[in-house]
Amino acid sequence: MTTSLLVDRRAFLKTGAAVGAGLLVGFHLPASAGSAEEQEKKKPNPLNAWVHITPDNHVSLLLGKSEMGQGIMTALPMILAEELSLDWSKVKVEQAPTNPAIYDHGTGGSGSVAGSYLPLRQAGAAAREMLISAAAQRWNVNRDTCKAVDGGVLHGARKDFLTYGELAEDAAKLPIPDFHTVPLKNSDDFTIIGHDRKRYEGSAKATGKAMFGIDSRMPGMQFAVIARCPIFGGRVKSYDAAKAKAVRGVQDVISIDPVSEGAFSAGGVAVLAENSWAAMQGRKALEITWDEGPHAAESSEWLRKQFLENAGKPGKVVRNDGDADTTIASAAKKVEATYEFPFAAHATMEPMNCTVHIRPDGAEAWVPTQAPQWAQDIIVGISKLPRESVVVHTTLMGGGFGRRYMGDFVMEAAQISKVTGKPVQVLWTREDDMQHDFYRPASYHKLSGAVDAQGNLAAWKHFQTSTSIDAMWSKEGKEHPENSEFATALFIPYATPNYRVEYTLAESGVPRAWWRSVEHSSSGFIVECFVDELAAAAGADPYEFRLKLIGDDRKIPDFTNPKQGKPLDTARQKGVLKLAAEKAGWGKPMPKGVGRGIAAYFSFESYTACVADVSVKNGAVRVHRLVYAVDCGRPINPEGVRAQVESAAIYALSASLHDAITIKGGRVEQGNFNTYQMPRMPDTPKTEVHVVMSKEEPTGIGEPGLPVVAASVCNAIYALTKKRIRRLPIRKEDLA
Amino acid sequence: MAVTFTLNGKAQTVEVDPQMPLLWVLRDTLNMTGTKFGCGMALCGACTVHINGEASRSCIMPISAVSGKNVTTIEGLSADGSHPVQQAWMEEDVPQCGYCQSGQIMSAVALLSKKPKPSDAEIDDFMQGNICRCGTYQRIRKAIHRAADLQSAKPKSA
Repeated sequence: MTTSLLVDRRAFLKTGAAVGAGLLVGFHLPASAGSAEEQEKKKPNPLNAWVHITPDNHVSLLLGKSEMGQGIMTALPMILAEELSLDWSKVKVEQAPTNPAIYDHGTGGSGSVAGSYLPLRQAGAAAREMLISAAAQRWNVNRDTCKAVDGGVLHGARKDFLTYGELAEDAAKLPIPDFHTVPLKNSDDFTIIGHDRKRYEGSAKATGKAMFGIDSRMPGMQFAVIARCPIFGGRVKSYDAAKAKAVRGVQDVISIDPVSEGAFSAGGVAVLAENSWAAMQGRKALEITWDEGPHAAESSEWLRKQFLENAGKPGKVVRNDGDADTTIASAAKKVEATYEFPFAAHATMEPMNCTVHIRPDGAEAWVPTQAPQWAQDIIVGISKLPRESVVVHTTLMGGGFGRRYMGDFVMEAAQISKVTGKPVQVLWTREDDMQHDFYRPASYHKLSGAVDAQGNLAAWKHFQTSTSIDAMWSKEGKEHPENSEFATALFIPYATPNYRVEYTLAESGVPRAWWRSVEHSSSGFIVECFVDELAAAAGADPYEFRLKLIGDDRKIPDFTNPKQGKPLDTARQKGVLKLAAEKAGWGKPMPKGVGRGIAAYFSFESYTACVADVSVKNGAVRVHRLVYAVDCGRPINPEGVRAQVESAAIYALSASLHDAITIKGGRVEQGNFNTYQMPRMPDTPKTEVHVVMSKEEPTGIGEPGLPVVAASVCNAIYALTKKRIRRLPIRKEDLA
Repeated sequence: MAVTFTLNGKAQTVEVDPQMPLLWVLRDTLNMTGTKFGCGMALCGACTVHINGEASRSCIMPISAVSGKNVTTIEGLSADGSHPVQQAWMEEDVPQCGYCQSGQIMSAVALLSKKPKPSDAEIDDFMQGNICRCGTYQRIRKAIHRAADLQSAKPKSA
């Protein structure tokens, strides 16, 4: 970041909220049902945004969420712009300042559009109504004769037009309409919502001008890398600071403590230098030794032994309808299968980093984070400064996928700057990033099921043992580690009277957290592969079998969150299945050597189906084509929806075909893109995304494209080779 | 050691460790942050720049090896984003997180300078050194074809 840009953004943030003449509309979003009073009392989880109109007619829409590639910097402003009747080509977007007393910045769970749609419409509408009222007063006419159009107010009969800029000062003095009663646009009149728009910051990203966290530069800033114990839970035993300081460009060496709860940062030895390269060379010179801690013996083999032992015993009953065990025992057609998943790393292209300056009188930070409020909490905690003097700027992120919801990289930078009093940028190398991630859990699943003589699903039983996410993060999670591990696997759309789910926690010192699509990444695979196995057992077409088992239109409550979660609407599930099948040409003869598979899955309140065409040659899978149908309610930016699904497809192929994090000696064996491979251009299938132009409430799309990929690919492999793939990533020996 | 090279058409002298890779000279010494750090081992292509017109991974290129050479970075491609490849990137709405795109674009420009009308296979072959974790490959491929069309429609500059 150049100095001038730094100044510009600082100046904006300082003045943005204080411009008296402009119009500022803020709003709170109740995160869940409950009275306004109850909401006010709750820890902040309301969503906020701002509309800012200056007298010289510059309109800025402030973004309270973090842009990590998912297109939220386009989709959320589109909603505001629609209600405000703005000319989209003139809209400017600015990142909202971090203020958890007002904002809920947390960006994850594919929830930003779903949670923001109504409140942003209400805010935009409220601002519009105030501007119309100001115009009516100016003209001394009935406000019903005025309407908002293209960033101004038009008086129909007089053909007068006033820009919002000309009205902003007066409008700002008017009472803010009640958000619950403010008139919203008729959706039939939408000209922005539901219409393709290009990414707002696309040109900045095509010219190298986009500023990511790693591009932050502050005057006098030091560059730091940290030597962390490669073994999870290990600590520094000894190091030679003098040797590191002897490296050209190295300025300082500082030891920082591990933080075992919350931020879960590893601690270690920070080498500060005049540039990143010198810091890396200094780190190599440290001659560091480690106290390896309690997890030094952990390995993937050890974990698998635990899984197998756990699977040999009954687990905690999570769901139990009817009597699955007896039904399966006596069934004519039964199927058993086990499924396995390794840990998976996020591997964002921009490695973790954080830039912080803690001064005696305040702090400033530039953080690529999905959780700016947590970043602020951490800096407040370390600096002991009052919150209002801790300014956290949310930067663009070179990928997030859940990794950037964490606080470890912020903790490290804050710890260092607290000691030095200078601005510091902590940079993680690729190896740091790969070996100190919070991984998608490893898991092992045992499925058994039965089909009756009529081809109905007589019983479904699912046992899982895994290194639960929740078990790591909270006391409640330790008591209910299963809560983070099943999702839709607890309320499959396939009707059965006998449905049993069990769970056993597996111990591990490996940090776990939310990886793109979280538990759906495994649940989607298991459910959609196992139903395919049942279809084969029933001698049925996999597509027709799914439709039959889904049966009548009904709404299946979200078993994991029956009160607040949206139910699974089987009509919509069938809708995407049918659409994907139709667009892919399901049932048509396939070229020789190509297999076709299907999967459909409900996640993040959205519906996704995928048909995959694959071939297998010399022990390698080639995915030729993916045809998706997605129903995420009303699409705000259909082009953005397609882009997200195309992206999820590649992310999923990565975990299906290549990625596994394996553990040996308590540490991660992979280090860079040579040992943690991902799809490249030649591996890219032709991907078609058919978006249902639904009028239902909008729901998530950053993640739902992922869970159907591995299942449709492996079902296609079965169709081609009659081999069932039951562990990921796909191994050569499993294809043989 | 002072190293002099040409950076985006202007002479540039830096006084740094001769082993320091060009990437870090650009980013940390010269504050030109358009070129990105991804892996440090020439595995991902995020740091791609042109050295004497060839796509090169700046993360493993010691600055001493750049002495006297012509370096072009994403910042030097055009002053205003008007380069046909950049235009095509915007028109196809390629970037998602955008972090790898400087490197993708620099690779694509180098490809098109060698093969003004590349086939899909030629694109796949040349671009496989550039990772995109957001998986924008399909759009990158389309954008390269579009850029090829834009370039062929544009009168050749003198």
